[in-house]
Amino acid sequence: MSKYTEDDLREELKTKEYEYGFFTDIESETFPIGLNEDIVRAISKKKEEPEWMTEWRLEAFKVWQAMEEPDWANVNYTKPDFQAIAYYSAPVAVDPNKTLDDVDPDLLAMYKKLGISVDEQKKMNNVAMDIVVDSVSVATTFKKTLAEKGIIFMPISEAIQEHPELVRKYIGTIVPTTDNFYAALNSAVFSDGSFCYIPKGVKCPMELSTYFRINQGGTGQFERTLLVADEGSYVSYLEGCTAPSRDENQLHAAVVELIALDDAEIKYSTVQNWYPGNAEGLGGVYNFVTKRGLCEKNAKISWTQVETGSAVTWKYPSCILKGDNSVGEFYSIAVTNNHQQADTGTKMIHLGKNTKSTIISKGISAGKSQNSYRGLVHVSARAENARNFSQCDSLLMGNECGAHTFPYIEAKNKSAMIEHEATTSKIGEDQIFYCNQRGIDTEKAIALIVNGFSKEVLNKLPMEFAVEAQKLLEISLEGSVG
Amino acid sequence: MLQIKDLHASVEDKSILKGINLEVKAGEVHAIMGPNGSGKSTLASVIAGKEEYQVDKGQILLDGQDIEELAAEERAHKGVFLSFQYPVEIPGVSVTNFIKTAINETRKAKGLEDMPAKDMLKMIRDKAELLEIDRKFLSRSLNEGFSGGEKKRNEIFQMAMLEPKLAILDETDSGLDIDALRIVANGVNKLKSKDNAVVLITHYQRLLDYIVPDFVHVLYKGRIVKSGGKELAHELEEKGYDWIKEEVDA
Repeated sequence: MSKYTEDDLREELKTKEYEYGFFTDIESETFPIGLNEDIVRAISKKKEEPEWMTEWRLEAFKVWQAMEEPDWANVNYTKPDFQAIAYYSAPVAVDPNKTLDDVDPDLLAMYKKLGISVDEQKKMNNVAMDIVVDSVSVATTFKKTLAEKGIIFMPISEAIQEHPELVRKYIGTIVPTTDNFYAALNSAVFSDGSFCYIPKGVKCPMELSTYFRINQGGTGQFERTLLVADEGSYVSYLEGCTAPSRDENQLHAAVVELIALDDAEIKYSTVQNWYPGNAEGLGGVYNFVTKRGLCEKNAKISWTQVETGSAVTWKYPSCILKGDNSVGEFYSIAVTNNHQQADTGTKMIHLGKNTKSTIISKGISAGKSQNSYRGLVHVSARAENARNFSQCDSLLMGNECGAHTFPYIEAKNKSAMIEHEATTSKIGEDQIFYCNQRGIDTEKAIALIVNGFSKEVLNKLPMEFAVEAQKLLEISLEGSVG
Repeated sequence: MLQIKDLHASVEDKSILKGINLEVKAGEVHAIMGPNGSGKSTLASVIAGKEEYQVDKGQILLDGQDIEELAAEERAHKGVFLSFQYPVEIPGVSVTNFIKTAINETRKAKGLEDMPAKDMLKMIRDKAELLEIDRKFLSRSLNEGFSGGEKKRNEIFQMAMLEPKLAILDETDSGLDIDALRIVANGVNKLKSKDNAVVLITHYQRLLDYIVPDFVHVLYKGRIVKSGGKELAHELEEKGYDWIKEEVDA
């Protein structure tokens, strides 16, 4: 099959009406803005996908068209114009067949700027990385080392070609195309993301990591991650996200599906630092993400997230505790500053017997930001002896920000034990002065207090990322005290 | 070392210090006593550079340099230490982590590298021993759930670690039982040298049995109304503050 090129697409679209023509610049190839069936088909074709995938996308697109954008979250923003976004953008220097050594030096320089030297990551941290810039996966390191253990870790676009049976079996089973507005949109237009499969009984010997980056203006990023841990396996996975400063609001609507089969364990950590907009609230990324995991018998899924970026965040990494004795955990730090808004939390759905869940949420609000925790603990009628512990702590800085907690509990089995604790505190001038008096300046004092407040969650991150996350907290709150 | 000249200070437009004159030389221990509300803690806060306190008039000189324009942390870098009457809690930050940060920030201000972890550890161990502090205590969150005695001992531990030039101890004896008081006082005595100075702010003379001052000053209505040697403290203990109030108010 010959490669579907930009020219082919241009030809195909020539007869159709688009307000703007093709946008291509030296480094990047971008589809025309707007969304219709042809664009969905074009993305699928560009990815050289099998027909079932194209059909799956089109089905999702139909579903999406009939859906309304949700507005129940505690956030206010101008709804994106979905016809004003380009749904595919790729740095042209990327050729999926190239190895890391062949990657465009400019791209590598960009990673370096982001503080993620791929080389270093490779050598020092023993971390296998996949990097998704705009819509395309740029480099996957360590593929060979992993392959020896039978671990598959590759861009999802490649997985669709190389392991169609696995992808087809699991994609959309945890987050169906009909799940919600953004999940449906993602299903229709996702262009890349990571796929990971850990075979039976294999403990993945290194952290797997994906770095997402929105680079182009006027584009959205819709990545899809699918992670399957087969029986008795273990994997720790980390994703990081950044985007450059732009005055416009960029849309990021990702879907992450985790499947932990019997006795498997998945640790999924996120450090999200999308561009939050400027101090006046102009620009920034809309981060509307659906993340969900399924636990079979004795399985465990642990979500850890450090959310510091994005203008608006709408995100609830959840666990379906289907198997008996399965365990779900959610550890979250969400920082909002200036005009940022975050509505984030989790859903723990207890279906199996003796299922356990833990929720630790730390919200830090500064500036004029609004930070909401929204969580659901659901215990079904058959879930004997389900246990949940939730703790939601909020830390406020200044007098213009807000912290909100919306915990929902639905218990349909009398044996359920559900505990919920919540605190709200404020960084006091006395605390700052105390630090100052010991020689610690105000900026550093806030970092210290915030790190202390977030410690329980930071401790859950893999070591090298905990350090990065701490720095990120510091940077995010810079200038938040006058 | 410390010279305070005709210091007037206020908080929220309320004048509290009304012309303090005080000179503290290296190697000296001064006690500042006085009835409640006389301005003792305000004086400590003003020297340490708490922002809410406004200096309306006068000067505070440290080694001859006016420190009025310096931020609290800059004063700390120059060797000013305040042992707080009510030390604050910082959840999730261990005693060790806090003091490590304080020391390294001070070193950074002086253009020095971070203290090597090995040296830091040794210093922590030595000073903890000096103050009879259990090692487990050091990994607890700063002041969180500490008893009154633990809080004060922790203050003196930080003082031992930071080795200040000028240590101001604000009501360090309050809330201490007799054993804790002895340990804290012993610690301070061991840290005293000919190069540093200690200012004790206290309501009672009890502490002065353990840390013997060279000079005692009585603060009343924002002024130092009487100064003397250590015998003045005993006189106050016997007769209370009323006779001084009468003298001043007459």
